[in-house]
Amino acid sequence: MAVLLIFVLSALIVFPAEKGVLFGKGVRLGLDLQGGTRIVYKADFTSVEPGKEGKAIDGAMSVLENRINPLGVSETSVQKLGANEILVEIPGRTLTDNEKESLGNVALLEFGEEVTGNETFKWENSEGRWKPATAVIDGVVKELTSRYFTEDASIRPVDTGGVELLFRWDAEGSKLSEIITGRLIGKRLGIFEGNGALIGENRRPIAPTVQSTIINSGVITGLSIADVTRLSKQLNAGRLPVPLERTGDEKSVEPWLGVDFVTKSVKAGILGVGVLMLFIIIYYRLSGLMASLALVYYGVLTLAIFKLFGFTLTLAGIGGFVLSIGMAIDANVLIFERLKEEMWDGKTLGAALEAGFRRAFSAIWDSNITTMLAGFILFWLGSSSIIASDMAKGFALTLIVGVAVSMFTAIVVTRTFLRLFVGTALARHTSLFAPYQRKKNV
Amino acid sequence: MFDIIGKRFWYFLISGVIILAGIISMFVFGLQPGIEFGSGSETTISFENKVDKQQVVQALADLGYGIGDAIVRGVVGTTGTDFIIRLPELNDTAKAALQAGLTDKLGKFQSGGFQAVTKESAAETTRNATIAVIVSSIGMLLYISWAFRRMPNPFRWGTCAIVSMVHDILVVLGMFALFGGLFGWQVDLMFIAAVLTVIGYSVNDTIVIFDRIRENVKNYGTSDFEGVVNRSLVETMSRTLITGLGTLFVLIALIMIIGAPIQNLASVLLVGILTGTYSSIGTAASLLVVWKNGEWGRFIGRKPLPAIAARAQ
Repeated sequence: MAVLLIFVLSALIVFPAEKGVLFGKGVRLGLDLQGGTRIVYKADFTSVEPGKEGKAIDGAMSVLENRINPLGVSETSVQKLGANEILVEIPGRTLTDNEKESLGNVALLEFGEEVTGNETFKWENSEGRWKPATAVIDGVVKELTSRYFTEDASIRPVDTGGVELLFRWDAEGSKLSEIITGRLIGKRLGIFEGNGALIGENRRPIAPTVQSTIINSGVITGLSIADVTRLSKQLNAGRLPVPLERTGDEKSVEPWLGVDFVTKSVKAGILGVGVLMLFIIIYYRLSGLMASLALVYYGVLTLAIFKLFGFTLTLAGIGGFVLSIGMAIDANVLIFERLKEEMWDGKTLGAALEAGFRRAFSAIWDSNITTMLAGFILFWLGSSSIIASDMAKGFALTLIVGVAVSMFTAIVVTRTFLRLFVGTALARHTSLFAPYQRKKNV
Repeated sequence: MFDIIGKRFWYFLISGVIILAGIISMFVFGLQPGIEFGSGSETTISFENKVDKQQVVQALADLGYGIGDAIVRGVVGTTGTDFIIRLPELNDTAKAALQAGLTDKLGKFQSGGFQAVTKESAAETTRNATIAVIVSSIGMLLYISWAFRRMPNPFRWGTCAIVSMVHDILVVLGMFALFGGLFGWQVDLMFIAAVLTVIGYSVNDTIVIFDRIRENVKNYGTSDFEGVVNRSLVETMSRTLITGLGTLFVLIALIMIIGAPIQNLASVLLVGILTGTYSSIGTAASLLVVWKNGEWGRFIGRKPLPAIAARAQ
């Protein structure tokens, strides 16, 4: 029953292909299969020390990569174009203007204190005139900014409704903040982004009054949800070492492998799997038919998982998928070969089935676990800085999911299907399950 | 019963010759990185008249930029006039020649000029892939040694499985280097995906055979290890063939329907499945027997002809 239920649920997620009945998700395809949006950004080196442009743009590329693809599973591409431009390609969906703009933004929050008398000021707004809040550490004057945030700013709901931005200072920031907020108790601390103040949900500049000394961490309240979300992303995904501007060179492009590649692959897949099923049905008769049904089950369940978790399928991923289909067939073949041997020994279908599964299990288990282990190592290496590679991750992910599902279908689903025949009239016809006895058992 | 394992020195000879040929090809031709890796030039061109993408690909091929040297993508929403073309790094003469050649074949076009594109370099990709394979191999070696811990010398089982996997990688790389030299095939993302797939297939196939040996060792002991291994190979033969054939069917369907764009993937998988199946017997199981019988000295020390060595048992 549970086996049937899982199938129905999966089928509802998978079909129709464009938008499943359940959750309404389509399979996400990578740039190589689906095409996508392409945006060119230009770096503005004015604030960068001469000679360090190359380093700054490399840093900006990895920050961009993080911003677009924080989980590393959506197969984006970030490339350097000439000396001062960055080409970003994102599969599938189109970005809104806002998203395109915020990708290139340098999120830097600066904290300011009110000026007294005729002091020079950096910002002016309805709340007053402000200069950067500074303190002296080790004899150097330093400004308090979000450069001293640790990269784990987070969103926290507030009891009164809305959300706030929770941030933590690093070691140096803690010292700075301690001195500055200690000095400003009872006074206001302005928060600025770029040339203007950070604007709250009430459309007024954010300038809270300091209640007590702030040492390790703080919160910014009064921001709109959209701003908090944006800031937490931009502050966490590293800070761009150089500001980027959109150049206006933005296009949607066709996939690397051509528009009809996916359609053709699906056709090829159906044909290949069809021939394969025919082959195992001829060779293993009724068992083969059950294995074919299990294979359909496998395909639907795997696709459902891909859709549900929004994994992006690329060519490399398809490689992993093909390998896991191979292993799914292999698991079935292993079981049937054992089943055959057991039935040739004169066991009934029921007894042979249990013995066959038990004896085939160690081979299936060890080979699948080894493969999954390799998949996990590949995924881990692909996510680490040692070999940051989306391709390795895409392959590993489909492989891990595919192998896990294939083990489940071979061990649970095929067995459930075959058990249906135990005790029926069909079970007495050994040749339906274990053909070619006389020919082989010489 | 067939005597499979008795011919083990023949297998080593065959593998040795193929791998040697592969290594020579690798030294002579090297593996040519495709333009998906490393630097290249990219330009957007806009034809005055509608052009088919296939015509652009063909025109570029005629000008000397075939598959692997050119990636052409249409720009969506331009009714077939705009294309983004990626080529290897070009000097000014080559750019001018390309401009003239394309105009000649496909009519006038506007071009935004070439820009250098740099991504991960080929060297970096190769290094990354190598690290990934080595670390995964160590992981698999440890797991297999643990899974066969009840067998005598479990570490040998793991080692033999990994050696057989390395054998398959070498065969596939060698073949690809040869094709690269002869037909200009280049290493691209598909190639790397295919090699990873072959590694998975190879290890899977070896473990299934080892599993049967493990079971038979429990039943018959290790006094006649060679006989036990041979028996296991014969018993698993029909499974080996069925799984191998089944996977080939899917592959042949891919080749028939998709064709040229996946030549790399298909050829590597084809050769990889053949060698992966073969090496489970010819390398992994055979090595296990050689190691158990302590035949290293005979094989390496005196270097007799394999046929003589086989008879000398």
